[in-house]
Amino acid sequence: MAFYNKIIKKSIWVFHVSASPCNNCDIEILDLITPGYDIERFGIKLVGSVRHADVLLVTGIVSYKVAPRIKQLYEQAAKPIFVIGIGTCTAGGATFKTSYNKAGVPLEKVIPVNAYVTGCPPKPEAMIDGVLKLLGTLK
Amino acid sequence: MLKYLFYLLVFPGFLFASVFGLIVGWIERKVSARVQFRVGPPFFQNFYDVFKLWGKEIILIKNSPYFIFIIAPIIAFASVIMTTTIVGMSFFYHVGIGGDLIFIIYLMFIYSVCLILGSSSTGNVYSSIGAGREMKMLISDELAFVMVILVPIIQAGYKIDLTQILAYQNANGMIIGTASGIIAFIVGIICLQAKMGMVPFDIAEAETEIVGGPLMEYSGPLLAFWKLAHYMMYVFLPMLLVILFCGGMSFASFGSIIAGIGKYLLIVVIMILIRNTNPRVRIDTAINFFWKWASPLALIAVILAIIGV
Repeated sequence: MAFYNKIIKKSIWVFHVSASPCNNCDIEILDLITPGYDIERFGIKLVGSVRHADVLLVTGIVSYKVAPRIKQLYEQAAKPIFVIGIGTCTAGGATFKTSYNKAGVPLEKVIPVNAYVTGCPPKPEAMIDGVLKLLGTLK
Repeated sequence: MLKYLFYLLVFPGFLFASVFGLIVGWIERKVSARVQFRVGPPFFQNFYDVFKLWGKEIILIKNSPYFIFIIAPIIAFASVIMTTTIVGMSFFYHVGIGGDLIFIIYLMFIYSVCLILGSSSTGNVYSSIGAGREMKMLISDELAFVMVILVPIIQAGYKIDLTQILAYQNANGMIIGTASGIIAFIVGIICLQAKMGMVPFDIAEAETEIVGGPLMEYSGPLLAFWKLAHYMMYVFLPMLLVILFCGGMSFASFGSIIAGIGKYLLIVVIMILIRNTNPRVRIDTAINFFWKWASPLALIAVILAIIGV
């Protein structure tokens, strides 16, 4: 298992789950694949299907409408799968902390979470740091 | 007997094609990255990807014919290994099996048929769209590709063995040097682009549009089979073009070996550059292009070859 974990650290396919966000974090996530940051040099790749994913990047407060779908998406993913909450929304609600419609603040009310990257929105550097720190905890 | 098992499993076959295919896949990703002013992935990236997929879960769909779902990538993988073995045998050893080209055309057909079967067995909407598009791509590029293959066959005196085509080229110069040869070669590179599912003809897999298309429901080792089969096509398709038009590779001297590898890499880089400088076309545009422009051009090449130019 140790050897497998060593390999999986070098090849992370990321699926982008947008769970009722304000769209700010999503734009910052797409920043990661531009030439300026180029996460492909760490082997990180954005994939279109959740079946291929190793990491789910969840953005936004999870509203009551979206919560069952997020749960379903998590169950559809091939294990082992890691979940990272992007933005302060997933951890504490940020601007929407007094909203009546937050089912998943914090996100682990809905699905198991491995790490949070806070910020509104977090900088791309912070997101890369978060992903790599999560991978550092793998033994 | 043992010799052919060695061909199939080790040198031009399974082991060599996997390793070399993954390396060429890295070249493709690295060159694309450099064209887009990025750094690109490390050398072993594709090896990590495929190894990681072997450790993931396979997810089957409950109410679907999942026997086809499982068997399709394995058959496709096997057919690609067979094709690579046969092309590699003529490329490296100058050994043929008799009627190579007909065998190759049918085996390449099997890959696409398996992709269609596997993806349409899932019942996923995007997979079904992908399967339909793959089928349309198949009927659009197959005619042009077969006519491209006809040109060296006619020029070599109606021989369907790759070794005899190579022998003809050793005696009379490369087929690409003739008028029909150069036309067929250009159409051939475009057909390769469509066979590989690369931009501008990646309509079936269109990641930004139908999110991976046929491969959408595949996960774990089955996806690894598809990825490996796709990377192996990088090995045998340019090799086939080198054999048919550019005289193959001879082991007479060090210079000729370098020339053979150089011809192969040149075709790969041309394909990668076409991929990076073109947008994806629509499916109707692609069919239009192949039936109105590429196929008539290939037909002209065939007629020129019959005349003897």
